Amino acid sequence: MSSTIEQIASQEYKYGFVTDIESDVAPPGLNEDIIRLISSKKEEPQWLLDWRLKAFRHWLTMKEPTWANVHYDPIDYQSISYYSAPKQKKKLNSLDEVDPELREAFDKLGISLEEQKRLGGVAVDAVFDSVSVATTFRSELAKVGVIFCSFSDAVRDHPDLVRKYLGTVVPYTDNFFATLNSAVFTDGSFCYIPKGVKCPMELSTYFRINQANTGQFERTLIIADEGATVSYLEGCTAPRRDENQLHAAVVELVALDGGTIKYSTVQNWYPGDKNGKGGIYNFVTKRGKAMANAKISWTQVETGSAITWKYPSCILQGDNSIGEFYSVALTNNYQQADTGTKMIHIGRNTRSTIVSKGISAGRGQQTYRGEVKIMKNAEGARNYSQCDSLLLGDKCGAHTFPYIEVRNSTAVMEHEASTSKIGEDQLFYCQQRGISAEDAVSMIVNGFCREVFRELPMEFAVEAQKLLGVSLEGSVG
Amino acid sequence: MSIAVKEFEWPTPRLEEWRYTNLAAIAGTKWRDDERSLSDFDTTATLAGRAAVELLFVNGRLVKQSGDDTPLIRRSAAPSPGGRRMAGDTDIPLPPGEGGAKRRVRGEFESALAILNAMHTAGGARINVPSGTIVEGFIHLLFVGDGDGIWSHPRNVVDVGANAQVTIVETYVGNGRYYTNPVTEIVAGEGAVIDHTIVVCDSLEAYHTGSLTIRQGRSSSVTARNISIGGALVRNDVNVILDGEGASLVLDGLFTPAGSQHIDNHTVIDHARPHCTSVELYKGVLDGSGRGIFDGRIIVRPGAQKTSSRQSNHNLLLSETAIVDSKPTLEIHNDDVKCNHGSTIGQLNEEALFYLRARGIGEAEARNLLVLAFASELVDRIKVEPVREQVGRALFRQMPERLPERRSNKGEITR
Repeated sequence: MSSTIEQIASQEYKYGFVTDIESDVAPPGLNEDIIRLISSKKEEPQWLLDWRLKAFRHWLTMKEPTWANVHYDPIDYQSISYYSAPKQKKKLNSLDEVDPELREAFDKLGISLEEQKRLGGVAVDAVFDSVSVATTFRSELAKVGVIFCSFSDAVRDHPDLVRKYLGTVVPYTDNFFATLNSAVFTDGSFCYIPKGVKCPMELSTYFRINQANTGQFERTLIIADEGATVSYLEGCTAPRRDENQLHAAVVELVALDGGTIKYSTVQNWYPGDKNGKGGIYNFVTKRGKAMANAKISWTQVETGSAITWKYPSCILQGDNSIGEFYSVALTNNYQQADTGTKMIHIGRNTRSTIVSKGISAGRGQQTYRGEVKIMKNAEGARNYSQCDSLLLGDKCGAHTFPYIEVRNSTAVMEHEASTSKIGEDQLFYCQQRGISAEDAVSMIVNGFCREVFRELPMEFAVEAQKLLGVSLEGSVG
Repeated sequence: MSIAVKEFEWPTPRLEEWRYTNLAAIAGTKWRDDERSLSDFDTTATLAGRAAVELLFVNGRLVKQSGDDTPLIRRSAAPSPGGRRMAGDTDIPLPPGEGGAKRRVRGEFESALAILNAMHTAGGARINVPSGTIVEGFIHLLFVGDGDGIWSHPRNVVDVGANAQVTIVETYVGNGRYYTNPVTEIVAGEGAVIDHTIVVCDSLEAYHTGSLTIRQGRSSSVTARNISIGGALVRNDVNVILDGEGASLVLDGLFTPAGSQHIDNHTVIDHARPHCTSVELYKGVLDGSGRGIFDGRIIVRPGAQKTSSRQSNHNLLLSETAIVDSKPTLEIHNDDVKCNHGSTIGQLNEEALFYLRARGIGEAEARNLLVLAFASELVDRIKVEPVREQVGRALFRQMPERLPERRSNKGEITR
């Protein structure tokens, strides 16, 4: 049986190809000139440059955090190139003018940039090496007033909105990686749903790192105005390379009174090879702020990256706001993941739900780290947390570090966690009914993750299930 | 004594282990040893006559011994200065020539405060239960703190041989603004059975930072419980290493901070060998502006197959201003395990309250009844009757709603 799990776990990473495309790459290194260069290339206004420089100067005073339960060689921030963009001769007028090579790359990844081939009615913003190359369905969305474009376009076309909300959820002083991002972020997605509008289609960003020796620093800002609703998907892949690449993104969500934002991620960065060589360092800061009666829901499926360091959080600022976090994280081979969430209850009658499922195989190390904080005025706050870990193999690890801090006596909190392996009896039961060991494991794993997959939009749920099967290949023991 | 003072640093909240507890009040005080003669000291907390043996320590010095003077127990004098070793060593200061000193509890978890203890200790109880011996009754170690500005650092060493059985109770009481920093080290031999209880009922101005370290041998069975009711600032560190196959552990804790009390519990259960079992249950009752902390860590080492571990922490919040922090942690490096933990924080059940009130029980009384019921799961498990009564009385005195005199006159909880 162990051979079957091993087989499942050792399947190749199929998005590891490199697209040969001419790129405009900034020289490696990080200093104020580079930041000015990025800013001028993007034709940014002065206030944004000032903001970047403020962040950079603050970053210089910060130390890289070491509290996470992950191990890696120190990163040389001067050897990374902070800007890389596919070369483009002129401004694009329509999607047809997107470089065919680029389009092919995205087709290979199964992301269609052609509007005719509606991906189940999903509008896509494709980000290639930190620059948004195409955003589909923009005009259609504009009809209902939804703004969905790359971050640079937003800075140019809607500077007031960007300026009003940028850094309000994740300030530039927030943490080492978020501050770095604030200084050097290149692009990302921007999305604004006006009052009372329910976004007619799923919005989606697809991130691709292609160029070697670059870091990807994108920034996403989503605003749901009063009573607005949006569902947003994020996917990512990277080519197979021997060196580690840094990805330090920031995602800010703002849900105003009565707004709803559902943010789903299927993260499939290159995880490194069987011996732990290469792979992406995924150090991401994601946070949402929910005002009165608003709801923010994070769903993530984390299967890629050599190291994941990510805590999508909710600040439940308004009364009756709701925060949700659903996560499946899988670590195989030498992958390490330290992930979880923060739920900060500030408003009255705020509710949060945390469901985290960790699967650890091979020599993977997996940590759930979560904080639930009930502030003094958060009367009637309610939290339910559940974190389960499944261990496949005797060399992997699964750890749970929940922090529960209560400052108000009317809070009701529940936290439970369990760690176990796939029971011999469960496997025997399946096999006895003619299901192969491999299928049985995949079935049990899928069952284990069901609660989370249920939260994903349909196309993503299917993809996530497949991904899980792929990433686990060869780890049936 | 001055040898190592420079090396000692007070832990600060910047350290993860001290995230919720600030020792500034202790660190900022100039403490002194007690120099008085205390030979006629008397206390109401004594269980002399009911315990098989009782040792009474006042401000860290042995004052009285009552009961059987069996060879099991040796009062330990202050260790000779040459024998003083720094913590982090595997040895701890001991009167020379004591058997079993080699099998020391490993120093890996030795905290800064245990180092402080090693620097200043004037001894403590030395209990040595030879293999195969079953001690009848219980051994009572009573530590009294007395007087403002005085500190004490009792160091107790318990060595229980193969298949031996013993019940030990440590009680901490006192008067004034003193500081007690005890360390207890227990080594449980193969098949040993130990029941160990710590009751912290210090004065409400006193500081208490206790450390208990247990190393369990093969098939040994240990029950360790900590009941923290008194003290202005209390920190309990419990470290257990399950270092023999088939060892089992029950770890209980009850903490009831009220007023402005601060009670911090840290436990580490280290499953180092296969087939070990641990069950941990900590309950907090928080009232007034009291603050309670539970930080429990369970480690399962790579080779520790077939580990079964369960950790629970339940907290009852009774007032608007009480604060609770709960951090149950699992670190698992092995697949063949069954581990789970749970943590809850909540209030008294309104329906249960209504049920009682509908039957003519006043609100105050009904609330007390429910709080006591919540705590009694742990209190009832105290096997030593006089201690169970003492704890019951102490809890009763701390009830949120004062009961009419007629009830408290009985001096006992009616269950």
